[in-house]
Amino acid sequence: MKEHKQKMSGAEIFFECLHKEKVEYIFGYPGGSVLKLYEKLYDVDFLEHILTRHEQGATHAAEGYAKATGKVGVVLVTSGPGATNTVTGIADAYMDSIPIVVFTGQVPTRLIGNDAFQEADIMGITRPITKHNFLVRDVKELAETIRKAFFIASTGRPGPVLVDLPKDVINSMCEFEYPEKVDLRGYKPTFMGHQNQIKKAAEMLKKAKRPLLYVGGGVIMSGGTRELALLAKENNLPVTMTLQGLGAFPGTDDLSLGMLGMHGTYWANQAVNSCDLLIALGARFDDRVTGKVESFSTKSYKIHVDVDPTAIDKNVLVDLPIVGDVKHVLAELASEMDEHPDLSEWWKQIEKWKKECPFDLDPNDGMLRTQFVIEKISEKTKGHAVVVSDVGQHQMWIAQHYKFVHPRSHLTSGGLGTMGFSVPASIGAAFGVKDRPIISISGDGGFQMNIQELITAVANKLPIKFIVINNSFLGMVRQWQELFHAEKYSFTDLSKSNPDFRKVAEAFGLAAFSVEHPKEVDSVLDEAFAINDRPVFIEFKVVKEDMVFPMVPAGASIGEMMTKRLNPKTMV
Amino acid sequence: MKHTISVLVENRFGAFNRVATMFSGRGFNIHSISIGETEEPEISRMTLVTSGDDQIIEQVVKQLNRLIDTIKVIDLTGQPRIERELALITVFYQKGTRTELTNICDIFRGNIVDINNRTLTLEITGPPDKIDAVINVVSQYGIKEIARSGTVALKRGEQSKIQPIRLGRTTTKEKEKV
Repeated sequence: MKEHKQKMSGAEIFFECLHKEKVEYIFGYPGGSVLKLYEKLYDVDFLEHILTRHEQGATHAAEGYAKATGKVGVVLVTSGPGATNTVTGIADAYMDSIPIVVFTGQVPTRLIGNDAFQEADIMGITRPITKHNFLVRDVKELAETIRKAFFIASTGRPGPVLVDLPKDVINSMCEFEYPEKVDLRGYKPTFMGHQNQIKKAAEMLKKAKRPLLYVGGGVIMSGGTRELALLAKENNLPVTMTLQGLGAFPGTDDLSLGMLGMHGTYWANQAVNSCDLLIALGARFDDRVTGKVESFSTKSYKIHVDVDPTAIDKNVLVDLPIVGDVKHVLAELASEMDEHPDLSEWWKQIEKWKKECPFDLDPNDGMLRTQFVIEKISEKTKGHAVVVSDVGQHQMWIAQHYKFVHPRSHLTSGGLGTMGFSVPASIGAAFGVKDRPIISISGDGGFQMNIQELITAVANKLPIKFIVINNSFLGMVRQWQELFHAEKYSFTDLSKSNPDFRKVAEAFGLAAFSVEHPKEVDSVLDEAFAINDRPVFIEFKVVKEDMVFPMVPAGASIGEMMTKRLNPKTMV
Repeated sequence: MKHTISVLVENRFGAFNRVATMFSGRGFNIHSISIGETEEPEISRMTLVTSGDDQIIEQVVKQLNRLIDTIKVIDLTGQPRIERELALITVFYQKGTRTELTNICDIFRGNIVDINNRTLTLEITGPPDKIDAVINVVSQYGIKEIARSGTVALKRGEQSKIQPIRLGRTTTKEKEKV
């Protein structure tokens, strides 16, 4: 017998659903269409609402939380501008497969389409940048829709889901029942990899003379880092990681070749182009990884493991696809390896490449350089921090020089390349991760794109270290201008227009430092890391015109890296 | 190469838009698209005609499958299938050409469904290349306007083995049996 259920308002149902989904934090911003939800929120004690200062900040914070913890990030904003401000964050989460659920207020259903005050067709706007989106037209559908939203966001290849909530739906009453199971006949992600394919992959690996593991963010998302370590170590396999894959395998391990691709290591890229077996794990052959597709790893047999069938054969045709959860496939693959390949020749070759073109570091000219700062931070935190980078030169230097040892430690906007990601994302990460230092690193350009969120960190007493690498330039754009655009430094010089960042940070209430000389770095880091009752700001005034090397020019083969030491023209 | 793809989608707000958005967002070609209810009212069938090399068509099918509202995707190309399109073609006529047009219409087994003192409207049903042929033939009379429905298609039902019945003389062997 069904027990008689009391009627509840849409707003009450909303929070009951979030409770059932074990939501700890909502990142949000109130407004007209969601007032009823905020009224109810006033009495809710099972979750915490974090007021950001801009809706974009809320979505990035939810991303940061989701990426650092593996849980679903939740956003609540109002209709119209509240909703449209979430668009960049949603697109970012879509590109980097981050599970977030964004609840947007909407004008009452009878007004939809009327150009009502604060109305925007957020369903239409976000359709191409969400894994799925829902408009709840009846309060009776609310609970089921929320259940589906969380399910879709967090399963298969994760991604953002948007739920549009018209004001009248939130205000209406109905009986509450949370569905235990979700039935979506059009959505059944494949979990188990095909047995025969896995066996075939193992046979290939046993025979391989020059195998290489190409590890993407999917390994971290599936929780398969232990399985990866097992496979790599038992078989002595070289591991190269994408930007999103960093942390999936310890960067300090001898088997790690570091990052591949445009600003990857010389030896990783050489290995990609010379290997006879390339095993892509939860990676998507992004153009920043492959360079010119036609000349990408032409000598190799390619195995691609991914939970998303669309990722397979999208950019690069592979020989053996395995659709399934990477963690599961890795475990199966490792257990199939009853004999191990002899790779001594291959490792000799890799070691040779390592010596041929190491990172061009520390010219000892007494100038403060980003690479040096990153190495110092890496040393100081022993690779244990959660590092949230922004977009640009510093992002690549972090990828090259910070030695990540844990998964979910490197948070960055890789796919969309969203400047302004770091500050709010680090706030989300700080709510999710309390036992490790959270370090936000931005350039002076990106830092100003969501600078308002500093106050969110201050208000919540988050011990985040906000680091700004200030070279007074939009550095990566400047680098391209110098290399490929006739040295026309069009609108990238901020030296005359940057604010005094230290004063700005102080005004927000942060402890603030500014560093200009390499010899100050250690002591300031020590001082800054000793402050843990509020956020800290450190500005590093670095060399203005440094460039990230090595580099594969856009559209070139990854074998043709530009480096400081090697003349690109003499390289093949 | 042109491909006819049949897609079963949830008959839900925005489902059609999701497919159209995916095609434009990913830069896939779309020659025609038609949608209507099926035998189950909560499911719609969409028939898409698209083109591209094998890699692109593979992506089209995968990306369609990836949409949450998509229940089933079938590439009908290369399979036994029935393809039909409906076209309404309004053509100018003069004294003397009216009979010619009605003849053409008969040849293509179409109907004249409207007429006034200057134009008549042909209703033609058939595979898209038949429609193209009609349009080509009547274009010499001056076409006022055309409306085409886009292709709808279904896989042919499996043909069971049927013993053919022989009419006329019975063979000696059969005589023996009797």
